[in-house]
Amino acid sequence: MKPFSKIISIITPFDKANVDTDQIIPKQFLKLIVKSGFGKFLFYDWRFDHEGQPKNDFILNDPTYKDSKILVTNENFGCGSSREHAVWALKDFGFNVIISPSFADIFYSNCFKNGVLPIILDIKNIKKLLKIKDEVELDLNSQKIIFGDEFINFEIDSHRKIRLLEGLDDIDLTLNENEKIQNFEKNSPIVSIFE
Amino acid sequence: MTKTLFEKIWNSHIVVERENEPSLIYIDRHLVHEVTSPQAFDGLRVNHRKVRRPDLTVATIDHNVPTTDRSLPMIDETSSTQIKTLEKNCKDFGIKLFGINDPNQGIVHVIGPQLGITLPGSTIVCGDSHTSTQGAFGAFAFGIGTSEVEHTLATQTLWLEKPKTFEILATGKRKNSFAVTSKDIILSIIKKIGTDGGTGHVLEYRGDAISDLSMEQRMTICNMSIEAGSRAGLIAPDEKTFDYLNNRQYTPKNYNDLIDDWKNNLMSDTNSKFDKSFTIDVEKIEPQVSWGTNPAMVSNITGKIPTPEEFGQNNEIQIQSAKKALAYMNLESETPIMEIPIDRVFIGSCTNARLEDLIDAATIVKGKVVNPNVSAMVVPGSQMVKLEAEKLGLDKIFKDANFEWRESGCSMCLGMNPDILKPGERCASTSNRNFEGRQGSGGQTHLVSPVMAASAAIAGHFVDVREWS
Repeated sequence: MKPFSKIISIITPFDKANVDTDQIIPKQFLKLIVKSGFGKFLFYDWRFDHEGQPKNDFILNDPTYKDSKILVTNENFGCGSSREHAVWALKDFGFNVIISPSFADIFYSNCFKNGVLPIILDIKNIKKLLKIKDEVELDLNSQKIIFGDEFINFEIDSHRKIRLLEGLDDIDLTLNENEKIQNFEKNSPIVSIFE
Repeated sequence: MTKTLFEKIWNSHIVVERENEPSLIYIDRHLVHEVTSPQAFDGLRVNHRKVRRPDLTVATIDHNVPTTDRSLPMIDETSSTQIKTLEKNCKDFGIKLFGINDPNQGIVHVIGPQLGITLPGSTIVCGDSHTSTQGAFGAFAFGIGTSEVEHTLATQTLWLEKPKTFEILATGKRKNSFAVTSKDIILSIIKKIGTDGGTGHVLEYRGDAISDLSMEQRMTICNMSIEAGSRAGLIAPDEKTFDYLNNRQYTPKNYNDLIDDWKNNLMSDTNSKFDKSFTIDVEKIEPQVSWGTNPAMVSNITGKIPTPEEFGQNNEIQIQSAKKALAYMNLESETPIMEIPIDRVFIGSCTNARLEDLIDAATIVKGKVVNPNVSAMVVPGSQMVKLEAEKLGLDKIFKDANFEWRESGCSMCLGMNPDILKPGERCASTSNRNFEGRQGSGGQTHLVSPVMAASAAIAGHFVDVREWS
């Protein structure tokens, strides 16, 4: 995974609550057996009409936000299905950071596995960010979102932060613990399915 | 110190624990299906890794299988590719697959318990959010993303932050235990605690009203924990649990010894502390019908569709969500639920397509016919459920009433196979999600129990099934 670097971008204000992963990437696009190319299907039913034409009133079709890397949204983002395709689609579309008052658990965890940073902020700060038109600077190292002379601090689990900043591979790290896994298997009553 | 059931399971599965870091947790059972696994197997190949414990891993094909005649070639090439990919992956990596023509094929969360693969006290994962279903057996069962599928395949472990605990205490006795089902209990809970009420928590359902339920009814409750935001929900095992898993195809040989151990350990200690608690009296619960686009937007059958203001109660975001939901659902506030006409009925899914669900629905349907304006289908949760139902003659009851009787799979719960709603079609569905477009782009879903779906199929609109029984 590529290490997570500093991001300078305008914000895409996406003021919706309870956005479920069925909306982020509808089921008809889950049949691909690769991880890439999902961006063009992101929010498909909200972005396109029944004829497949872009809906002009949907924010992601507004060219202003074409290069935006930061999505600011409302509570319970990513609820529902566990499909990691939702994160693949957001990342492929260009979003590296998603900021919300709350995330669904599985979606939150899926973000980190793909180098996408989910940030939890209180409603007051979300409202502030939704209004910012200029570019902001997002620095994971110092845990700051900087705009003009102001900044907002954000919290993140230090373990996850290091993994993002260094772009570490989870499985490699776990395999370093192989001895402990073997010990666990030796000392615990694990029941094989096929005895 | 006292411990909850969840904490006991967690503690017995810790491989690595360090202060202020996630813990490495051992996984006892890994279930795999065709949609969320191809990229995980690819990752293994690229890095020359093996599956660490094929003996703790099984796979099936459920999400995009056709539910019509399976001897015919599949029309959808991408689905067919995905299925063939899983077949190849299982062969290459030595994983047992219950394939498309296997008598054990079925929805992954239905076959786990049915085959005795699900065990109390175990950790169970699957790349599917409704893995929570298997928490009904006193297991810590939860959905994971594809990266975690790969991680589990390679290491048989996962790094997890310890979730908090949330007690859901269900008291009292249902007034009509045929018409008021466990689906109505869980929908009532979600209505109260909200779709993110359980985020970051593991739910433990407790109390007399839970003990009273059969295993299949308990599975319906745990299944929809994720709709309340909880990755997992569980119920302490009891005699019903042990009986259900006895003499299944993969029930462990030392089952009786295991039961002795479970009886001594798998319960929350008296006075154990939960981080949150919620109590519901099931005596007051009526049959439920969802009217909106998330599973908290639910009304009593005798009620009306609320105004956005009544629903949102001063929360501007919720008020806006309700407005948007009503526009999508093409419904007006103040409409009595019983006056909502329907076009389709779907009895199926990991929530409500086990044998008892089909028996109950058939009881309603027997001797009646589906309303001429409605098209209705039954999709059993597994091929084994289908076979057992046919032995009881349920297929005949449904077919005589003009229901379609299908092969098993996820089907119209999420419409990845050809079973979908057309735009504007309104469906009474026994599934778990009423999100926009979930059952087909532009389709309108109302979540209900099997008996409510069956009675709506006959009447052509929602009815109070308590008056039919």
